[in-house]
Amino acid sequence: MTAVALDAALRASRRRERLEKLTGMGFAFPATLLLVLTSLAPLVVLIVMSFTDYDLGNLGFKFIGLGNFAKAMGDSVFRRSLWNTFIYVAIVLPLAVGLGLVVAILVYGRKRTRAFYEIVYFLPVTSTLIAMATVWSFLLHPKLGPINALLGLVGVQPRAFLSDPALALPTLAVIGIWHLVGFNMVLFLAGLTAIPKDLYEAAAIDGCANPVDRFLKITWPMLGPTTMFVIVTTSITAFKVFDTVAVMTHGGPMGSSEVLLYSIYLEGFQYFHTAYAAALTVVFLAFLLVFSAIQAFVLDRRTHYG
Amino acid sequence: MTAIRRFLSLVLVHGFLLAGAAFVLLPFVWMLVTSIKPPDEIFTATLRLWPRHFSAIENYRYALTSAPLLRFAFNGLIVCAGILLVQLLVGIPCAYALAKLRFPGRNLLFMLTLLALAIPVQVPALPLYIALAKVGLLNTYFSIMLPFFLSVFAIFLLRQFFKGFPDDIIQAARLDGMREIEIVWRIVVPSSLPAIAAFAVFSFVAHWNDLYWPLIVISDANLATPPLGMLFFSDAETGSNYGALTAAATILTAPLVVAFLLARRQFIAGITMTGVK
Repeated sequence: MTAVALDAALRASRRRERLEKLTGMGFAFPATLLLVLTSLAPLVVLIVMSFTDYDLGNLGFKFIGLGNFAKAMGDSVFRRSLWNTFIYVAIVLPLAVGLGLVVAILVYGRKRTRAFYEIVYFLPVTSTLIAMATVWSFLLHPKLGPINALLGLVGVQPRAFLSDPALALPTLAVIGIWHLVGFNMVLFLAGLTAIPKDLYEAAAIDGCANPVDRFLKITWPMLGPTTMFVIVTTSITAFKVFDTVAVMTHGGPMGSSEVLLYSIYLEGFQYFHTAYAAALTVVFLAFLLVFSAIQAFVLDRRTHYG
Repeated sequence: MTAIRRFLSLVLVHGFLLAGAAFVLLPFVWMLVTSIKPPDEIFTATLRLWPRHFSAIENYRYALTSAPLLRFAFNGLIVCAGILLVQLLVGIPCAYALAKLRFPGRNLLFMLTLLALAIPVQVPALPLYIALAKVGLLNTYFSIMLPFFLSVFAIFLLRQFFKGFPDDIIQAARLDGMREIEIVWRIVVPSSLPAIAAFAVFSFVAHWNDLYWPLIVISDANLATPPLGMLFFSDAETGSNYGALTAAATILTAPLVVAFLLARRQFIAGITMTGVK
């Protein structure tokens, strides 16, 4: 009697397990299919393609080993675009993170005006960058733009910010910073909110009263994980710079604002050097994976603070 | 003494914040005033902010008639809504399965999801472009949406959220004879609306503003999304008609900015979700 009941119970539980397996696989199937079709398979094709001499429109192709990568090493356009991308990141990263932190700390202390500042600084994040880049082009216009008119008031000669090879990339970097500060501010604000208030009270009792001491002893160490995270996301975003280059400078003047993603775009979708562009994309992905590995490491450490 | 120091520090703080705010707002303010200025006032390059004469109607009418701006906005809406719909239909069951069901390959699938999180659209762009060209689907709404139908970010985020949903409730629903798919859509999803709404904002903003992929697959101006439309328009105008250009920029930026001003909290939560985990 009990054996029969046990047997039935066992069978019911097995049936439930089998049902759960089938349901799970069924639920995951459409996503898995799309993951393979739109992400994993293209990734494999991309890597295979980077070892060939395929150009879009060719009927066949042959494998040329690391030929494309060797070509990239010797390609002055590619090397310049990689270098420019690093310069861009090197300008944007410290300023977008530093200003984001300063603004967040100052805004965090406001009561009545906090909402106002939050809205203003966050506005560029929500706006369409392409449209705003068009406006920036006008602002920076050597003859018609108000920025040169303002500089003229203090006796500075008008500058052609976007057609001077020395100024084009730094100018795009400033716009990148303009676009990112509000985003980083919000991340830092979230980090500040998570710092327990009693830490500050305890510090005040211990005689750590002035704002600089409080920042160095409490705020900065407690914000450490947030700061690392903001640094990584800002690096990734800056590394992927494309929109402002495509609208404002087209990589010019004289290649001074050629960046990695813009080169990939030109090679792959304007000149149709498909296999070569695939190799450049593999390089691009390799950098991103390094950033992501750092991010995963940081996130892992972050949980210990949580 | 302390009162004076307090006052001074307030002046310093607000001075700094206001200077920064002025810089942040500069392009927005200049965009709005230029869009209502007549050409001769734009070309005389004075620092005068407020126009002496208004040609708002001329500028906006010119922008709207020389480029299908409303069409661009409509395309943006279609594309963003289509992407979001598929992302949720596909992502929610998968996230639920990863969070609550045991099935073969679950860990592998989750690891692939994490890997895919690090891959932006620029990476599969070349193979996807070739595939779309081969089947003759370039220049379609479908081609703009295809790479984004699967959001590994949605799966990752919702999995975290669903994991916190009480198992007892799911068990009770099962005992009541509810099918698993009903449990997902009628019990779990309604209780996860804040996370889904935040993701919706994130997805909408990201794809409304995306330029790289639409630039590759769309050459027909009638299918252009707002950023691509803006690019076509500014290339066609070659910088000559700033009144109309800023009017166009205003029209294409307005929808998201207005939505942001109306739902600030949800917007900030959605866009920065990547960071606050």
